[in-house]
Amino acid sequence: MIPMDWTYGLIGGLMIGAAAAMYLLVNGRIMGASGILGGIVDATGPSWEKGLFIAGLIGAPFVYGLVFGFPHTNLTSDPVLLILGGLTVGLGTRMANGCTSGHGVCGISRFSVRGIIATCAYLGAGFVTMFLGGQLLGVF
Amino acid sequence: MRGVFALLAGSVFGVGLSVSGMTDTAKVQGWLDLFGNWDPTLAFVLGGAILPMLLAWRVAARRQRSALGSFIPAPSDPVIDRKLLIGSGLFGFGWAVAGLCPGPAMAVLSYGGADAWLFFGAMAVSMLGHRIIPQMWTGART
Repeated sequence: MIPMDWTYGLIGGLMIGAAAAMYLLVNGRIMGASGILGGIVDATGPSWEKGLFIAGLIGAPFVYGLVFGFPHTNLTSDPVLLILGGLTVGLGTRMANGCTSGHGVCGISRFSVRGIIATCAYLGAGFVTMFLGGQLLGVF
Repeated sequence: MRGVFALLAGSVFGVGLSVSGMTDTAKVQGWLDLFGNWDPTLAFVLGGAILPMLLAWRVAARRQRSALGSFIPAPSDPVIDRKLLIGSGLFGFGWAVAGLCPGPAMAVLSYGGADAWLFFGAMAVSMLGHRIIPQMWTGART
């Protein structure tokens, strides 16, 4: 018996991959969330294409939630953790030029050396942080 | 047309993130809690996402151009530099601290309340500053 969470994970994952495949084969672009947002925010490459992608990314889950119910977020309400997390995720993904979608999904599937090494690095850092902060210190 | 398909791709991506559990920070932190109460759900998400892309890259290799005419992006040079490693390390740290990565941080904005906007705001500010800050730390030009 496979837990329902895993099934939803797989279905959602297939949707993520289908979106990335469409963005690649139709638009000719790599679907990387940090690159698309970053290109708008720091004005290095703003475009209607990026803007509409973000509009769908923010708007569609709202419509989905209205119909099927909004998922639980279990998001912390500690402003220190939110700001610290946001700052390091934003800076880190722009320095590395990619995040879970660009380096992870698009990079690994292309057997990109940079993508695979980046993924190992952020996963490793995540495991260590979770061990230190969650298990040893109990911060989150 | 380019905009229509960008909106569509963003929408499918966003709903996929919500369905998969990637906007549930407890699931993300559970996945990163490898030495504790480990939750393997994200392996199914990543695996599910990679499958269509394996096919897409095979198609792309044959065609070289996308349906709307632009060239398929060339593979990046396999340069493993400090920026890639330090940047990914910082990202992994922040991912564990709050349980959100950039895609889910946007998908969750309509239902994550003010806390989600605070995370998103901090992320956007540091994306804005990323060309200044790394120079001070690594000496690398961005």
